[in-house]
Order: sequence, then structure tokens, then C-alpha cells
Amino acid sequence: MIHSLFLINASGDIFLEKHWKSVVSRSVCDYFFEAQERASEPENVPPVIPTPHHYLISVLRHRIYFVAVIQSEVPPLFVIEFLHRVVDTFQDYFGVCTEAAIKDNVVVVYELLEEMLDNGFPLATESNILKELIKPPTILRTMVNTITGSTNVGEQLPTGQLSVVPWRRTGVKYTNNEAYFDVVEEIDAIIDKSGSTITAEIQGVIDACVKLTGMPDLTLSFMNPRLLDDVSFHPCVRFKRWEAERILSFIPPDGNFRLLSYHVSSQNLVAIPVYVKHNITFREGSSQGRFDLTLGPKQTMGKAVEAVLVSSQLPRGVLNANLNASQGTYTFDPVTKMLTWDVGKINPQKLPSLKGSMNLQAGASKPDENPTINIQLKIQQMAISGLKVNRLDMYGEKYKPFKGIKYMTKAGKFQVRT
Amino acid sequence: MRHNSETVYVHCEVLKAEYNVTHLGGFLFRLNAASMSTTALYNDHGGAEAAVEAGLESTPTSSGSTGAAFGLFSADFKKNEDLKEMLESNKESLKLEAMKRVVGLIAKGKNASELFPAVVKNVASKNIELKKLVYVYLVRYAEEQQDLALLSISTFQRALKEPNQFIRASALRVLSSIRVPIIVPIMMLAIKEAAADMSPYVRKTSAHAIQKLYSLDPDQKEQLIEVIEKLLKDKSTLVAGSVVVAFEEVCPDRIDLIHKNYRKLCNLLVDVEEWGQVVIISMLTRYARTQFTSPWKEGASFEENNEKAFYASDSEEKSERTEAEAYVMDPDHRLLLRNTKPLLQSRNTAVVMSVAQLYWHLAPRHEVNLVTKSLVRLLRSHREVQYIVLQNIATMSIQRKGMFEPYMKSFYVRSTDATHIKTLKLEILTNLANEANISTILREFQTYVKSQDKAFAAATIQAIGRCATNISEVTDTCLNGLVLLLSNRDETVVAESVVVIKKLLQTQPTQHSEIIKHMAKLFDNITVSMARASILWLMGEYCDRVPKIAPDVLRKMAKSFTAEEDIVKLQTVNLAAKLYLTNSKQTKLLTQYILNLGKYDQSYDIRDRTRFIRQLIVPNEKSGALNKYARRILLAPKPAPVLESAFKDRDRYQLGTLSHSLNSKASGYQELSDWPAVAPDQSVRNVEVVEPVQEWAPSVGKTKKLKSDDKFYSDNEEEKAEEESESSEGSSSSSSSSSGESSSESEEQSSEESDKTSSDSGKSSSGSEETSSGSDSQQKKKKKTKKAPQKKSKTAAASSDSDENGNGPVVKDSSSSDESSSGSEDDSDSDAAAAPTTQQQKKSDRKPGPKVKSEVEVSLLDLVDFSPAPTNAPKGPVVSPSLLSDLEGLSLSNTSSTMQVTAPSFGPVKTYELLHHMTGKGLSAKYHFPRQPCLHQPGMVAVQVTLSNGSDRSLEEIHVGDRSPASLNIHCFNTIERLEPEASVTVSMGIDFSDSTQAANFQLCTKEDGFSVSIQPAVGELLMPSSLSEQDFSREQGKLLGMNETSATVAMATANASSQAVKQRVLSVANVGEVPSGQDVAHSSGRGSR
Repeated sequence: MIHSLFLINASGDIFLEKHWKSVVSRSVCDYFFEAQERASEPENVPPVIPTPHHYLISVLRHRIYFVAVIQSEVPPLFVIEFLHRVVDTFQDYFGVCTEAAIKDNVVVVYELLEEMLDNGFPLATESNILKELIKPPTILRTMVNTITGSTNVGEQLPTGQLSVVPWRRTGVKYTNNEAYFDVVEEIDAIIDKSGSTITAEIQGVIDACVKLTGMPDLTLSFMNPRLLDDVSFHPCVRFKRWEAERILSFIPPDGNFRLLSYHVSSQNLVAIPVYVKHNITFREGSSQGRFDLTLGPKQTMGKAVEAVLVSSQLPRGVLNANLNASQGTYTFDPVTKMLTWDVGKINPQKLPSLKGSMNLQAGASKPDENPTINIQLKIQQMAISGLKVNRLDMYGEKYKPFKGIKYMTKAGKFQVRT
Repeated sequence: MRHNSETVYVHCEVLKAEYNVTHLGGFLFRLNAASMSTTALYNDHGGAEAAVEAGLESTPTSSGSTGAAFGLFSADFKKNEDLKEMLESNKESLKLEAMKRVVGLIAKGKNASELFPAVVKNVASKNIELKKLVYVYLVRYAEEQQDLALLSISTFQRALKEPNQFIRASALRVLSSIRVPIIVPIMMLAIKEAAADMSPYVRKTSAHAIQKLYSLDPDQKEQLIEVIEKLLKDKSTLVAGSVVVAFEEVCPDRIDLIHKNYRKLCNLLVDVEEWGQVVIISMLTRYARTQFTSPWKEGASFEENNEKAFYASDSEEKSERTEAEAYVMDPDHRLLLRNTKPLLQSRNTAVVMSVAQLYWHLAPRHEVNLVTKSLVRLLRSHREVQYIVLQNIATMSIQRKGMFEPYMKSFYVRSTDATHIKTLKLEILTNLANEANISTILREFQTYVKSQDKAFAAATIQAIGRCATNISEVTDTCLNGLVLLLSNRDETVVAESVVVIKKLLQTQPTQHSEIIKHMAKLFDNITVSMARASILWLMGEYCDRVPKIAPDVLRKMAKSFTAEEDIVKLQTVNLAAKLYLTNSKQTKLLTQYILNLGKYDQSYDIRDRTRFIRQLIVPNEKSGALNKYARRILLAPKPAPVLESAFKDRDRYQLGTLSHSLNSKASGYQELSDWPAVAPDQSVRNVEVVEPVQEWAPSVGKTKKLKSDDKFYSDNEEEKAEEESESSEGSSSSSSSSSGESSSESEEQSSEESDKTSSDSGKSSSGSEETSSGSDSQQKKKKKTKKAPQKKSKTAAASSDSDENGNGPVVKDSSSSDESSSGSEDDSDSDAAAAPTTQQQKKSDRKPGPKVKSEVEVSLLDLVDFSPAPTNAPKGPVVSPSLLSDLEGLSLSNTSSTMQVTAPSFGPVKTYELLHHMTGKGLSAKYHFPRQPCLHQPGMVAVQVTLSNGSDRSLEEIHVGDRSPASLNIHCFNTIERLEPEASVTVSMGIDFSDSTQAANFQLCTKEDGFSVSIQPAVGELLMPSSLSEQDFSREQGKLLGMNETSATVAMATANASSQAVKQRVLSVANVGEVPSGQDVAHSSGRGSR
């Protein structure tokens, strides 16, 4: 399966390598660099690259390429999924997954990689098991370790691997027992020039942070489970129970995890929380262009639209933009031609707008396409699909846990074509 | 003592290997001595460690490389010397620090091999982290330093005997990762031993070690296959995935090893860890393609009964029954499809993809659509995941447009997508285009054409071209659109348009001179050579349609000929030649001029072409026969290019594979074979269960319960039995493993089944035990045909049971083993006699819980032969409270002279909720009216209550408490002492509703709590079916007064108002019997006032 792993940074240096079978020379990465050169953008590097003797499967996250070397037929998604799991684990351990963090914790990284794969086949990828084996580094622990000479490697044996609930470690103890669930929904939409919705769908997740003593058995029920059209579960969820009763019944992992992700497809009517009035024009012959953008709330069920961020890739011909924002600040990067406008909260009484002119390259012809506008936003206390958690019950433990549920709506890939 | 002899062997191997390592002689000697005293080796740790120490101390001096530099303050201080120093110190923390730095070096890819001797010394360290880091080092460099690596072997061998399973496992892991050919025999031995280890974790590790050993020494294949065979039989979910990986690596062609484990693997699949699932699914896909016949062909014979019996427990698939009518799917094939389906919900994208490809390659056409939604969901994942999934969808969408058409909008391109994602989406949209949606797609394409990403815009134009050729309705629209694009400012767009238009015009040999003229006009502005060349070609090809323009274009070209690109020059020569042939009057001179220019061109290609053309077209003395044919050669009708998907030929590879992604065969790719024309013998998958009883002893308690449940389903109509008779042995065993189905459905189904009891129930035997071991049952098939329904009901019971107990595999095992074991004890037609006795057993079994298992096993055997009572009593589907009350029921039949209470007719059974588990603190209760005479008291209505424990602790002392009309007469069920979590029990009660529909309120109590519940009977449930002649019926009817009238409306479509259908509907609301009648009016008789 996975033969070796190379970590390559944005400037093309291999800063970490790990081999699970016999050593593969790092010169194999030359093929990767070739492909990288051919690709105009970092994202355009093909994920699967064949070389004479090996195949390179790579993922790009946090501006680091994780390049896996494989030698024979294996489902590419298998490798890709695993690499993403590795990144997730690093992020979980070090807070961020940057080159610096990996270099600082190279020993922990190595220990992790050693546990995650055996002979190229995933062994322990469950974060709870890994944390039992290798303690995540914290400032305090690092200090204690240097003084006492103790280690990051857990003294315990990975008993979790054997249990029926491998995702949960045994002997969990908390003084405050709490279970928090975040229902986060993202709207993916394409809005066309005239403001009508071309496609819109909702991607939702329920992220949980469960800190409960012992082996609690939770059930989570929804007011309107029918909304959940297409779901994927954390392995802890009892699938049959869901099939039969539309209730999530599970023994939760300890700590943070994604309980469920779901999809409310475009067939259902998706509420679009904002509208955009735009007037972006370039005149033939003149080196001036007009830029006029106004945002307004729509279908938000009375909730405020916050953390609005508008970004747009302006045509290459644009030299500069002299705009006036009624609210928030805007920046224009003349190199990448990226215009970003940090709006903040939308006040329905006084709609935020961004108006002004753009300077075009002298003599350049009028760009034939208007830029698309990407919008990010947040709406607290609301799940746009209308999904509501009915109740959360706990069985199997005696204490009363503190329960909390939070709803949030965000814009995912929300694009307005102009 | 076995161990000891092996160790001797092992050490001898080491010895042999190390002959040349002379400087370690001392160490070897001592090691050898230690191994001689076989028992001493493992007890005397100190000795062995000392030996290692001794050996290592001698290494630095002899390693040579350091030479004179050996010394702390040496002048040529080597870089890693300080690390060596630290490693050799006595302080643990220093060693650890040194090791961390060494690992840092390894991570950066720097060579740290010279530290090997110093590092390997620490392999037996007590400090876990230090040890682990040493392992990392060892695995990395052992291959390079084989001799020294051997020093560590004894440590691992010792650890392999540790009582702690994790230490054993990790020792095996590292030992097998050391790629030193000399230790192959040691590894082999260790693997064999670990494969038989008690701990599944160690067995898993041994499965991993198999592949490592195989890659190290492929000669061990035969022995390794033996180990794999053994591990494949393993029932642990931990092992399943790893051993299949080993199987795929070592002997993917040994499909015969899978047969016996096929059903087990299918059933374990859901509980295997996600990575294992991927591997197992892809292996099973391959397996299924060799073992089952194609579900895709139409018109094969279909045995309805088989399917029916099979689907009995599955509501969803019932609907498919009709569609599947053309062909009989092997039950094992169905099992695979069914058990993989839930995995579409996995969070692991690789698992979802592998299920999708399994459905694509194995499922009947109409079922493949199941995977669509999940695949589309994956598109939300990371860019790389999208890439792979889109590639697969692209291949799928060529063959099956309909699959993804509803999700077309999910493939709309966003400006932020990476280019390769964009082109893939475009590809899919093009594949999905049809007459209905083409306008939407074209509108979308219009946006893309304007994209700033010009490569993408060009790809869009190609896509438009493809749409135009595929869908004739829009060809003109597309063509016009493309012509408009010709005035685009961007060259690549224009060029691409020209090229596509050229292709389109070629496929459309109708009049398009307008477009050609337009292009000729544009010709001056177009600078991209490919586009210019295309226009020139068009001119030449259709010069008869633009007779005036073509010569003019040629004139222009003659002027600029020298400045053109080669490709344009070539086409100019072509154009000249064609015009010369068609219109020589106007163009003769021009042609000659161009040919002369070409003659002296720098490119030999053009010179060559010019010479050729000249000889071909210009008649002279030397030119031979060819000249005559010049016209036919140059102006021959040319076949239109076919615009088709780049993914057209990818379907030769299995979806989801690397080969598919690359569109070339990757090494190690296993071809997916074609479906066999005739299915191989399916009995090879039947498993004779020879496991010792203890293996599944813990679940025998349940087994018993299943058995007793069967009893009740034993009565059946002869007719019914025959109908079911075709269900083959295969289906029985597979349906027994289908326990992962929804329980409620199956229960309902089975009770429906049993409700169909006829009064001559005695006829049918209660030989409810069946064997699923194939070979002998195949022969007995005919004989057993009558038993098919029992089989089915058993399955239903089994499934419901396993369902309620969340821990699937164990129960499944038990149910299947139950089947086969009971088969052996009772295959003959033991009469219905067995029924009450098993009930009794069940009762006795339930109370004391699992303690009596072994006894029960014995007593069952005895009791079967015992057959105490003649039991042609009507037996209903209910679990009777006791044998006594069951027998009481016998007397019921003589309560009335004229009105014989008959067995309830077939009718759907509705289940009502009595207590929800939310309100019941985990206890939930459901009830239904079994519609059979109450066994407790004639006047009562029988109610069957299913109690289940949804909480996590066991509930104790469940009983009926206070009832609300105090006079209410209830025959309570016996107090249930204990109900384990996830378990459920069915009890029967009798309630005297006094012929009123007033609700009976009572309390359902557990040890701690009491919950008020109420049962509200529908009036139809208070009745009891009677058998009357038609005369009797009218007589009785006359006696009744209006007071006795109750009406219920039965909604019914007139279309299906057959008497049978009416009966069904009536039965669904009231418990009545049918009066044989000659008239068209259906009479139903029922008796109130019991």
C-alpha cells in the first residue's frame, strides 16, 4: 500500500520523509516537481502522478504537499483519505499544521506516523487511540518532560484498539460533565447575474465536543429528521437505530469529533440569506470601470448576518480600484487582482455598499468577463435548513451532564456571477 | 516444551547467519550457550542482555570507519560523535534526547546509519519512548546493517512470549519490519505462532507481517498461504481487514480460499475498521464477478417464490421484487449488496467509493442508482477527493446518464475550482446533456466560455461541439453560438471555435456556406495558426460551395505565404491543389506560384508536400496513372471525426482503482473478470459448522428463544407451504445471515405468515429446525419443501433478535450455528409435539438467564424425541405464557355448538406503541392483537406486548401495576425479573374489555418506576372469527339488533375490488372469518361477547 511519505513545502523543499517499507529515494519527487512546474496554480497539480516505477498521490493542505509514494494498484481515494486523516491528526495534535509545527515536533510526528501505518496499511487512525498512545504536546507537558525526563509516549497500552468501541478510551473522568453540539450548515450556491439562484444546497455537520465520564450512551433526536436527506455518520452512530427510528444513538468518542454530516439537496428549497446588487461595468475605449456593490439581508428569519466578507477576483486588466466602502474596509491586491471587502455585520437599516471606480491598463481592451463575487457570512443561532434538535438523552451513567446545542449558518461556496 | 525446541532452532539460524561476523564471535558463543540451556533463555534476562551488551561494546572499535578518531577529544571530531556519546551514557534522559535528534536526522533524510551500533544497544530499554524510537531507527537502517541488526533479534523473540498482547504484537511488528533475509525462518515461525495467538490484535499483526515476509522472500508463498487460510477463518473484525490485505498481496488468485469465508466476511463487514472495509469490498467485488451470474441480462427464468422468501424481511426490497422478475439472484450475491449498502453512509470517502464501484459492477441496473446520492455528497470533500470521484462519475455518466441527471447542478463549475476539477465537471455535464436539459446546459456553458481561465474556456467550446454533434436539435444553435464566438477577442477561444466548427461542418454535410463565408471574412483577423489552417481546409473542402471566395482567399495566402506557420502553409498548398482541380481557370497561376514558393521553403516537409502535389495535379508526360485519380484522391468524401468523451474507454478498468484514474494499467492491477455464463457451484460457500460448542455458548440463551418462536410459526397452510417450497437451500442460509434487517418489518411479516393458520394445523409438522449445511440438504430439498415457511419465520426471528442486541456479529454467528446444529439433531419430521416443550424450555431459560445454557443444550435433545402431547391445537403467533395455558386453549373449540371459533384468518397485523422509550426511561413497549383466542380466560382479548430495553442498564422486575378502572380484568404476564440492555421480550396478556372500546389503563412498572399506559382496542379486535354456514349466518344476523351494529369504512379502489381484496381489507380492521357464500356479497362472521 503506502510505501513512503514526503512532505514538501511551498518552495519545493522536502522537509520530512518517512518510509514504511524499504527506502525510496527522494529523487522520486522530481516527477512531482515537474508536474508542479507545469501547473499554473498550486491547486492544479494533479493528485495522481505516474512515474516509471512508482505512483505519487498527493494532497495539498496548509500549503504543504503530502506526497505518498505507492508501488502498486491501490484505490487512490484510500491514500487520499488517509493523507487527509494524517493532516487532521497533526492539526489535532499541534493546533496548526504548518511546516514549523511539524519541524518542531518531528519526533511526535514520527511516532504518530509509525503508529498510523504498519507496512503501509492504516493501523490506528482514530484520534482517541492515538492520543492514548502518544500524548499531544502541550507547553506544560513539554516543561514537565524536560525537568523530569518523562515522555510523550503513553505508558498505557492501546487497549482502545481492542474494545467494541475503539473510538472511545476507557477510564475517562471529568469533574464537569458536558456535551456540546454544534449544528453548522454551509450554503453552497451559485447566483446568476439577475439574482436568481442557479443552484443551492446545504451541507451540514454536527460537530460535538463531549466530555463525559465513563461510558455514556447518548441519543439525539431531531424535530424534523426527514430533512436529513443524505447523511454520513461517525462510526459510533448505530446505523440500524437511525434507519428504524431516525434517532442518533451512540457512545461518543471523548473530546471533539464530527458526529454527522448531511446534505440537503438542491431539490429542496434553500433559503438564500443575502442578496447582492451589483453593477460592475467596463467601458470600451476608456480606461475606467465602475464598481458598485450593495449587500442586503434576505430570508434570515430575523437573525443578523455577521462576519460578512466579500471577495472577488478582478480581471487582469484592472490596475487599481478607488472605492468607497460605507462600512468595513476593503483591500485590493494589485498583484493578484484580488479585491476583498470585510463588511462585518449587515445592518438592515443601512445597507453596506462599496462604490467607486477601477483604473484599467491603458490601451488594454475591455475584459469580456465580469468577475464573480464570493461571499462569506455567518448567522448565529440558526440552521438555515430549519433542522432542530429535539432532545439529548444520556443512558448508562448516573450523573447529570451539562448539555448545549448551538446552531450556525455559514456561506460555503457562495458565488454571485455578475 | 514446544516453545523451547523452537527457540533452539531459531538460534541455530542466527548462528548460521553470522558466521562471517567474526568479531562478534564472543557474543554469538554466549548467545548460543544461552540458547542451549533452553529454559534459561527466557528466564535469565539478565544474561541475555549482558550478552547483547558484550557484543555491542566490541563494535565501535571494529566498525573501522571511526578508526583513529575514536576518542572524545579527537581533533577530527565527527559530527555524530556527540550523539554516540550521549547514546552510550548511562542517563536515560540523555539517551532519549540523542534518539530524538537521531529521529530528526532520519526525518530530514540524512544518513544516520553510522550510529547503528550505539542505537541498537538500547533496544531492550525500559523506557517506552526510547524503545519506540530505537524501533523507528532499527526499521529504517536494518536493511543496510544486516549483521548488526541481528543483535536485536533475541530481544524481540523474547518479547514475542510476553504475556501482554500489545508487547507481543509490537515485537512481531518490528521483527517483521526488519528486512533482513537471514531472519526469514524466524519471522515465519513467529507469524505462524502469532496467527494462533489468543489475542485478535496479535493475529492482526501477524496478518500484516505476512505481507512483509512475502515481499522479503516470495519463496515462502506456500507456507504463507497456509497462514492466510487459517486467518481467513478468523471471526474477529480486527483481523478480517488485515488478512484480506495479505490475501490480495500474496495470493489474489486463490479465490477458492474465500468460498467458505464469503458469508462471514459479508456479515462482519459493517463492523470491520474502515480501511479494512475498502480492501474487503474490492476483493469481494472481484470474487462476486467470478461466482455469480450477471444480473444485467433480461429474460432469464424467474422463480418468484425464491425471491419472495428471500425478501420477506425487507420492506424496501419487496418493491423490487417485481422488477427483478427476469432473473434469480444468487442469495449470496444479494447478501453482499445488502450488507454493503449501509456503508454508503460511511464518513470515509474511500469506503463510499468502494461501495459505489461494487454496486456499479455487481448490482442489477436499477439498483445502481442507490449510490448516486452518496457519490454526489463526496463532491463536498477535499479537492483531491473531488478529482477522483469526478473521474469515476465521468465514466459512469457515459453509460448511465439517468443516474446523475437529477444532480446535474452539483456539477456546475465554480470560479474557484481548480482547472482539472473544472474540466472534469465539464466532461460530466457534456455526458449528461440530452434533449431535455441541453438548453440549461448550454446557458451554463455560455458563462464558462467567458471564464478568465482560457484553457477552461477552450475546453468549454469543445464541450459545446460535442453537445452539438450528440444532440441534433441543437446543432444549429450551437453552430451559431460558435460563430458568434469567432468574434471573441481572445485568440484561444476563437481558434478553438474554428476548430470545433470545422469538425461540426464536417459532420453536417448540409449547406453551411454562410458560415464558411463568415469564417473567410474573419480570416484576416485570426492569427492562431491552427485556426487559420482549419479555415483553409474548410475552404478547400467545400470550395464548390464558395466558388467566389475560395480563390480570393488563396490569393491572400499567396501574398503572405512565406510568413505563415508550417501548418498553415501545408493547408495553403492543399487549398491550392483542390482549387486547381475544381476551378483551374481562375487559380492555375496562383497555384503554380504557391507551388513554387513551397518548392523553396525552408521546411523539407513543405518542400516534400509541394513536390508531391505538383506531380499529382499538374499533368505532364512523366506523371503516370495517378494523375487521373487526383480528383478522387484529394476530393474524396472524408469521414467526419467522432467527438466523444475522453472517458469513453475507461470502463475497461474497475472503477475506483488507480488504473482507472490513470487510464493505464497500474502494476498489480487485478482484472475484473466477466460474469460467468453459468454460476459455479454455490454450495462451496456453505459452511459446515464444526466449532466447539463453547465458541458460541454465551448466546445460546437467545438461540433457545429463537427456537421457541419458531414453534409458533409452524402451523401453516399446505398451499402456502407448497408455494414457498421452491426456496432453495441457498436462500435459507443467506437469509439467515440477513439478520441485519429491520426487525419490526420481519416480525410483522412472520406474524402475517402465521396468522394464515388453517384449522388443520396439525397436518403440518413443526420441524422447524433446519440444516443449512448444503450438501445433504440439497438432496433433501424436495422433501423439505414444506418446511420453507418455518425456515423463513426462523430467519425473521433471528433477525429481530440480533437487531435488538446491538452487537451484530455475535448474534449472527449464533443464529447460523444454531441453524446448523439444530439441523443435525432434528432433521426428520418430528411432529408438532416439540412445540410446547420448547416453549417450556424457553420459559425456564429466560428466567435464570445464561446460566443454564449447557443443560438446555442437552435437554433440548432429549425433549425433541419425547413428544409429550398431541398438539393439533390452534397455535397462534404469540409466545404463550406457559405450556399450561397453551393447553387450556384446546378446550376453547367446544364453547359453541353452532359457531365454531376458527383460527384467525390471514390479515395484516398492526403494531401500536404502548410506551415510548423516551418516556419509559429506556423501557419501550409495543403491542398488537395477535387475533387468537385468549388462553387465560375465554372472555379476554389476547394482547401481545413486546418490551424492549433501550437504556444501558438492565431493567428489573417489569410487571403490571395498578389498573385504572379498578374492575378491569387483566391477565398479567409474569413479572420479568430482568431485561438486559438492548434486549427485548414478548409477553402476552389477556384483557377483558367487556366488549367495549373503552381503553384499558394500567401501569407498567419496573423496579424503580411506573409508567401509565393504555390500550385502546379497535372494535374489530374484540371480535373473534367464527365458521358458519350461510344459513346460520343469516339466522344469526336476524337475531341481532341495531345496537350491535358497528360500522367501519373500508376504503377501496373499485378497480381491485376482487373478493380476495375485499377480504383482506375487512380483515385489516376486524378479526372475522369468512362465510362461504354463493352471492357476490361478502359475509364476515365474528363473535362478540366472549
